[in-house]
Parts: sequence; structure tokens; C-alpha cells
Amino acid sequence: MSKNENIINIKIENLDLWYGEKPALKDISLDIPKNKVTALIGPSGCGKSTFLRCLNRMNDLVKTCRIEGDVLIDEQNIYGKDVDVVDLRKRVGMVFQKPNPFPMSVYDNVAYGPRIHGLSKSEVDERVHKALEDAALMEEVRDRLNDKAFSLSGGQQQRLCIARTLAVRPEIILFDEPCSALDPISTSKIEDLILELKKDYTIVIVTHNMQQAARISDHTAFFLLGELIEFGKTKHIFEDPQVKSTEDYITGRFG
Amino acid sequence: MFLRPDKAEKLAFATLKICMASVIIFVSVLLIHIIVNGYSVLSIEFITQMPMKRMTEGGIYPAIVGTVSLIGLSMALAVPLGILSAIYLNEYSSPGRASWAIEMAINNLAGTPSVVFGLFGLALFVKYFGFGPSILSASLTLALLILPVIIRASKEALMTVPQEYREASLALGITKWQTTRKVILPAAIPGIMTGIVLSIGRVAGETAPILLTGAAYFLPRIPDSVFSQFMALPYHLFVLATSGTSISQTRPLQYGTALVLLFIVFMMNGIAVVIRNHYRKKLSR
Repeated sequence: MSKNENIINIKIENLDLWYGEKPALKDISLDIPKNKVTALIGPSGCGKSTFLRCLNRMNDLVKTCRIEGDVLIDEQNIYGKDVDVVDLRKRVGMVFQKPNPFPMSVYDNVAYGPRIHGLSKSEVDERVHKALEDAALMEEVRDRLNDKAFSLSGGQQQRLCIARTLAVRPEIILFDEPCSALDPISTSKIEDLILELKKDYTIVIVTHNMQQAARISDHTAFFLLGELIEFGKTKHIFEDPQVKSTEDYITGRFG
Repeated sequence: MFLRPDKAEKLAFATLKICMASVIIFVSVLLIHIIVNGYSVLSIEFITQMPMKRMTEGGIYPAIVGTVSLIGLSMALAVPLGILSAIYLNEYSSPGRASWAIEMAINNLAGTPSVVFGLFGLALFVKYFGFGPSILSASLTLALLILPVIIRASKEALMTVPQEYREASLALGITKWQTTRKVILPAAIPGIMTGIVLSIGRVAGETAPILLTGAAYFLPRIPDSVFSQFMALPYHLFVLATSGTSISQTRPLQYGTALVLLFIVFMMNGIAVVIRNHYRKKLSR
């Protein structure tokens, strides 16, 4: 039982989203607790990734995308008029499906954010080292900081991307199927890492992998056809789902 | 008649080889022809002296200076403008009628005959802006001529930069402009350099536009400002070969001029290729 047990970090209220005329999310309301791992599961095309991208406004990049409803982070509506999207994304980091390091050295990848945000050389250096430690990558890259990021393995690249996100010091980290391109060993390293990170960060993770959701998440939300079908403690969702379609999905009857 | 796939494969491969070989042969013959006929006049004097005796003797120094100035100035004008326009088109403008119209305009400009650019430059820069026949007028005209090439090459290059880089950077709370400067543009440099290489060749070789905007038939002195008239290698070559005082006697000088022109273009391209390879190596996976 941590002290933050009942603190709501992200509050989503009646969120609707359209791509052009096509509705992609319908009336989603959800409370994401602080310093917990919240998993979003559901079949392909159910809107879980779209939903995740509402939380740091990455959907702004999609021209045809229209959003109604509120997303409150620490009680501030991130779709409000005076919200600075750039600032929001500093607070809400994101790790993508495919490892996507920049074509730079390992060090420069992690230093990228802090440097542009105007930190001094020594502060940047400190952040890079801390981030690489926290992403459990330091041991492996200590002697390769000046090597190209692409020379790392896929799993290492993904942890590098996590380190890059950590170096900006967000409070929330969104993971969009971070292990789908990785082998089982790299996957388990990332899972361990996520469990470690939740002490300091609120984590929301989209996953296709049911076992992964069961292993690492505290809460699980099940999406189907743009609707939130069921949300609750992961234990309850997996052991005692209240809705038939949740049960069908979890037991593998469709997906 | 149908060939069996293995026969067709062999035939296709042979055809491609013949095409490639013929290109290499033509280029080699051209180069060898120019080198063989031109190298005899090459000397320090040839590249450092003024033309003498009604251009039948002496060097081509002012034409070299003119051509190098044209390349330098028109590149300095067109490259930044072209790259920034490409960034606007690819990163900022939203697809729609306006950007479609702009793109069509650029494509049409790229296909416009250079003599039309020359007339335009004559009307606008020489007459209207009053720059007179000068290096400046000619460089501005050449810059307009190569602008579409640079915009197009730069835009293509920007388009090939993976979308993941943009998303990764924006997700770190980095603005679009910072993202473009720090990640997208460096990743696009190899492609942009290709456009620049093509442009250098055009600027160095174009004759019609500079003829109308400031190139002199004979001017045995070094231009003292961008408002001076100038000599340029391609036009000098044209003059020697068609309207000089002694066309057949100056044959070696003509080849020598062509050789120097080629050398300058190769050297400039060499620099661009070195820059391109540097970035390619940095970006490689």
C-alpha cells in the first residue's frame, strides 16, 4: 500500500474522438491512478492506442482528428485553451511500439531532450547518466556511449528510448506496445523496468499481450470497438470479469 | 512469342548491361575527347592570365572568376531559400489546394526553358531593379532557375525521413521547429546535397540566362563588385567556337576552356559529395 493509493493522476471524462466522420472513441470515462501501472487491452483497432495518444495530444498531428470531452491531468484540462502542448509533452512522456532512436550516438539520444530544453552541460551529463541507470541500460552501454544508437540490439534500443524519455523528467509515461517488436528476454527486461519505474511515475501501457497486462499492471481497461467495456483492478478483470466480452477476450475466444 | 523465364531473365540482364555500357562509353569518349584536345593548352598562364590578341592567345582567368562567382552567389541565394521552402511544404503546410498549386508551380518552373528565365532576369533584375547587366543580376536569375530543383530534391529528402523521428522528438516536449532543425534536417542532408550537386552543374553550364543578364563577350579584367559585368566559361566557350576572330586557330583554347569548366564542376561536386557522405555515414544504421 503506497501513500498514493487513491490519488487520481489522469481523469478522463466523456471523451469522444473522430477521424473525419468515423468515430474511434465513444464516451470514455476513466480514472488513472498515480504511481500505478494501468494496462489498456483489446483487439486490434479497438481504439486503445488512439486513446493513449489522447493523453499527450499526439493525435494533434492527425489533421482529421476531432476530440470532445475532457482529459484532466492533476485537475488541469489538457485540451483547455491556454494549455501549451509542448509543455504537456514534457510532463507526459511516450515510448513507442518500434524502438525509434535518433540517428545519433547513444549519449546524444538521451541528452537530446535536456539539451534542447536548455540545461547546462553538467546538468545534461547528470541526467543522461541517471536516465541510463534508471532504464537499466548503463551496465551494457557504459563503454559505448559514443557508438551509434543503431548499433544496439532491439531491446537495448527500446530501453534507450525509455532513457531518452526519462531524461526529460516526465511525471507520466505512456507505453504504446513497447515490447511488440522484441524477443522474450528483452520483453522481460522491459517489464521489470516498468515495475521499477512505477515507484516514480504513473504508467499507462497499451499491450496486445494478456500475460503482460496480468504480470505488470495494477489496473486494466478493456476496449472494444472504441468503447471502454470494463475497467478495474487487474486481478478482478482477469479472475472475475463482469462483462461477457471481456471474458471472451481474456480467455482467447476472440482477439 | 514468349520466352522461358530463365531465358527472359538472361535477355533482360544483357539488355540492361548494354544500356549501362553505352552510357559509360559515351561519357568516356566525351571526356577523353575533351582531355586529349584540351590538355595541351593547360598551363598556369592559361588559368591566371587575361585573354590576349583578340582572344586567340592568353588565358581564361576572368571567365574562371566569373563562373566561380556565379556558382557561389547563386548557391548562397538559392540553397537556403530552397531548403526553407521545402521545409515549409513538407513539415508545415497542410495538404490541400494551396500546396497543390504551389507544387504544380514549382514543377512547371523546373520545366521552363532557361532562356525564358534569362528574359525574366533581364526585365526584373537588370531593368526594373536597376542592377544592370551584372554578376548580381545573373546570379539572381540562375538562383531562380535552380530553385525548383533544390526545393524538389529537398522535399523528397524530407519525405524519406521516418515519421518515427518526428513523433519521438515531439513526444519529448520539443517544438516542431526544434525537431526540424535538430533531427529532420540533418537526416535529410544527403538527399538535399544531391539536389545541390545537380544545381551546381546547371549554374556552371547555363549560357542563355547569363547572356541576357550580364555575361560579357570580352572583358579582360576581374569584376570589382557584384554590379560588374563579367566573363563566364560557357559563354566564352560559345564565343570562341562560333564568333571568335579565328575559330579554327583557337580550337585548343576552346577545348581547354571546356576542360577547366568540367574541372570546376567536378571539384564543386566533389565537395558536395564529401559533405553528403559525411552525413550518410553519420546516419547509417
